[in-house]
Amino acid sequence: MAEADGVRRRDFINIAAVSAAGVAGVGVVVPLVSQMSASADVLAASSTEVDISSIQPGQAIKAIFRKQPVFVRNLTPHEIEEANKVDVSSLRDPQTLEERTKEGKENWLITMGVCTHLGCVPLGAGEGEPRGEFGGYFCPCHGSSYDTAARIRKGPAPKNLEVPAYEFSTDTVVKIG
Amino acid sequence: MSFPWAKQYTPSHPFMQWMDEKLPIPRLVYNAVGGGYEVPRNLNYFWNFGFLAGLCLVLQIVTGVIMAMHYAANTAVAFDTIEQTMRDVNWGWLMRYAHANGASAFFVVIYIHIFRGFFYGSYKAPREMVWLLGVVIFLLMMATAFMGYVLPWGQMSFWGAKVITGLFSAIPFIGEPLQQWLLGGFAPDNAALNRFFSLHFLLPFVILGVVILHIWALHIPGSSNPTGVEVKSESDTVPFYPYYVAKDGWAIGAFAILFCAAVFFFPNYLGHPDNYIPANPMSTPAHIVPEWYFWPFYAILRAFTQDFLFIPAKLMGVLAMFGAIIVWFFLPWLDKSPVRSGAYRPLYRKFFWILVLDMLVLFKCGGAPAAEPYVMISQLAALYYFAHFLIIIPIVSAIEKPDPLPFSITEAVLGADEEAKLAPAAAPEA
Amino acid sequence: MARILSILVGLFFTVALAWSFGVGFYTWATEPPAPTAEHEFHIKPEEFHFASDGPFGKFDRQQLQRGFQVYKEVCSVCHALRHVAFRDLAALGYNEAEVKAIAKGFQVPVYNPATGEVATREGAATDYFPPVVYGGQGSPPDLSLIAKAREEGPQYVRSLLNGYRDQPAELLKQFPDSKTPDGLHYNPYFANLNLAMPPPLTADGQVTYSDGTKATKEQMATDVAAFLIWTAEPKLEKRKQTGWAVLGFLLFATVLGYMSYRNIWAGKKH
Repeated sequence: MAEADGVRRRDFINIAAVSAAGVAGVGVVVPLVSQMSASADVLAASSTEVDISSIQPGQAIKAIFRKQPVFVRNLTPHEIEEANKVDVSSLRDPQTLEERTKEGKENWLITMGVCTHLGCVPLGAGEGEPRGEFGGYFCPCHGSSYDTAARIRKGPAPKNLEVPAYEFSTDTVVKIG
Repeated sequence: MSFPWAKQYTPSHPFMQWMDEKLPIPRLVYNAVGGGYEVPRNLNYFWNFGFLAGLCLVLQIVTGVIMAMHYAANTAVAFDTIEQTMRDVNWGWLMRYAHANGASAFFVVIYIHIFRGFFYGSYKAPREMVWLLGVVIFLLMMATAFMGYVLPWGQMSFWGAKVITGLFSAIPFIGEPLQQWLLGGFAPDNAALNRFFSLHFLLPFVILGVVILHIWALHIPGSSNPTGVEVKSESDTVPFYPYYVAKDGWAIGAFAILFCAAVFFFPNYLGHPDNYIPANPMSTPAHIVPEWYFWPFYAILRAFTQDFLFIPAKLMGVLAMFGAIIVWFFLPWLDKSPVRSGAYRPLYRKFFWILVLDMLVLFKCGGAPAAEPYVMISQLAALYYFAHFLIIIPIVSAIEKPDPLPFSITEAVLGADEEAKLAPAAAPEA
Repeated sequence: MARILSILVGLFFTVALAWSFGVGFYTWATEPPAPTAEHEFHIKPEEFHFASDGPFGKFDRQQLQRGFQVYKEVCSVCHALRHVAFRDLAALGYNEAEVKAIAKGFQVPVYNPATGEVATREGAATDYFPPVVYGGQGSPPDLSLIAKAREEGPQYVRSLLNGYRDQPAELLKQFPDSKTPDGLHYNPYFANLNLAMPPPLTADGQVTYSDGTKATKEQMATDVAAFLIWTAEPKLEKRKQTGWAVLGFLLFATVLGYMSYRNIWAGKKH
């Protein structure tokens, strides 16, 4: 009996030692994995301020937000009207222009310039670029067309162009992110 | 060698049987570091350092691959990318310090491993090939470490690169074109930095390959042991698993404690402050020293201050520095003593300890500025170094009268009486 | 044969070394190297224990803020801090608004690719400390890493800042040619004794600390040295804390490993 206990105690120590080695192994893996996630300087640069004072109605600019293009567009009254005419329930990703802009600033349409299909940059923000048949943006990769509220209307993209979190710091400066 | 009494790999699970037929890696592992590898039972702790060296290689490859993810080999930004890794990358400081101190740990372990070989005559037949491959690994390690030290592009990086590639210019006729070819320019710059990075990434994998050959060659005669008497019977050995797995396992723990103490509490102790100054090709540091593991050889390089016969001092220094390691290749044939272990060689043992002391003196001199009295001391120490390997060892091995050897490992461990009891088991083998 | 060859090669190297040694020894004995002023009068930095020193060391946030103030008001005129971003200052205990305000106090250069001109704008938290254009004599080093780039860096900085003095008469008596050149300043803590930097801390109360600490010259030197330890190694505290957790666990695991080793070898003499 005493013999059996001795054996059990020894086994226990061996198992404990191997387990401790296992824990150490996991502990080593943690920094090895987490070193790949975004570093402090990348995270710190995760908000952008854009000066919108020089954007005339009907024009748009491309700014950079988190290393990706963001479209800032000053809609004309006609474009706003066109966007509001659409029956929301008929849309693939139902949203109104109001929901996609800030109150009192409905003419400022700020969206990511990243097609929700496979991530190409749609055309339509730069001067002279085609805006597609719905007058918003047109993605040349696979033919997705967005309307004047940057909502998906035609083509393979599943969602409207994403609206990032932003706020107006002043009337002419938008802080994105 | 697989001794006749070594256990055979017999997979019981159907999957392992299937695996054994298709790709017998489990069998390979079993026979290399498992129950199928019979090892002398009397190995002391110096025999743990081979395993630890392998661990260091893995550590350097893992942390090195990670450093490469955050590094850019461009003279304009190399220094900054390292700093950015230290400051902004998650655990980047740990990766960097572990890699830098890992190189030092690797050399500590390797030096002990090599001197273990010197003392116990591990280089002797039938293990010459193990030794030769080991020296190749050491040379590759030196090249890798040197190029790695250049990558942060600090002051010591730059001037180290300049001075060491400058050594090649000592070679008559082809020296200068050769140096230009090595650097891809007239002085270390982008071209050199990029190729050093590329080779620094490649060479560890070459080392890994040679390490596999080193272990392969070792497994043919089997491990040596402190008595230097070859394995004779089953009672001389124990299977690697579980015996030496347990011993190496706890040795890893002890090693990790020392290593982590250095990384977390003295990470810059072995580094040089000047390497925290970005490289400046216009201003040389007050004294250029390589990393500590090169100091003994650096001292030999600098010991030659006078032209000798028709050979310029600079070329003599270069020849001697490389010669100091090349001579190890010839060791199995320079030491003709039939007795392997220093434990039974009273005269050799004394010279061995003088060599250890001599290396420490060279070490000290190599790290010191090139001024008196260090140069004179290093000249005497280097003199002994060459005399030891090329003159003393051949003569000692001829004139020495070794102590009586034990009949077997078992006798050495258990004493003659017990051996007598076990002898019948050994008889058929003999 | 191999043995004779080996001994011949051995003799070649040993005789060459003996020759080098002989010539060197003769030169040394007949013309001993002359002592130099640097060798005789250089002083090692004064010993000092900073809060962050030692395995349990931690930064004193108040002191770092004071040190930063000294850097900003005194050192930053000539010395840059290129590896430090304003956002990093949050680690000194500043809140977001304070960090922004500090950043705004610095002008950072912006290159305009359209015009090719470099203009400046107010700094933002994500910016790094801007480069400093220095027109005078000498080249003030960047200070981000100075605490690691000098032997005993923090102690060195602290000693150097208040180490200025008149050149000792004894030095001039011994080395008449070693008079400090015009435009340089004698400081025995500096490697070659003569430093281009004029004494930066000239009077007690040169800065006014908001926490009420009396700004003596020594206090300012100590504070800025502590701040530079932080700029050189902002992860110092995390490193030491992680170190203790790791060592504690390793000790436990190693003891277990040793017991397991003893277990497995029990009864096996070796």
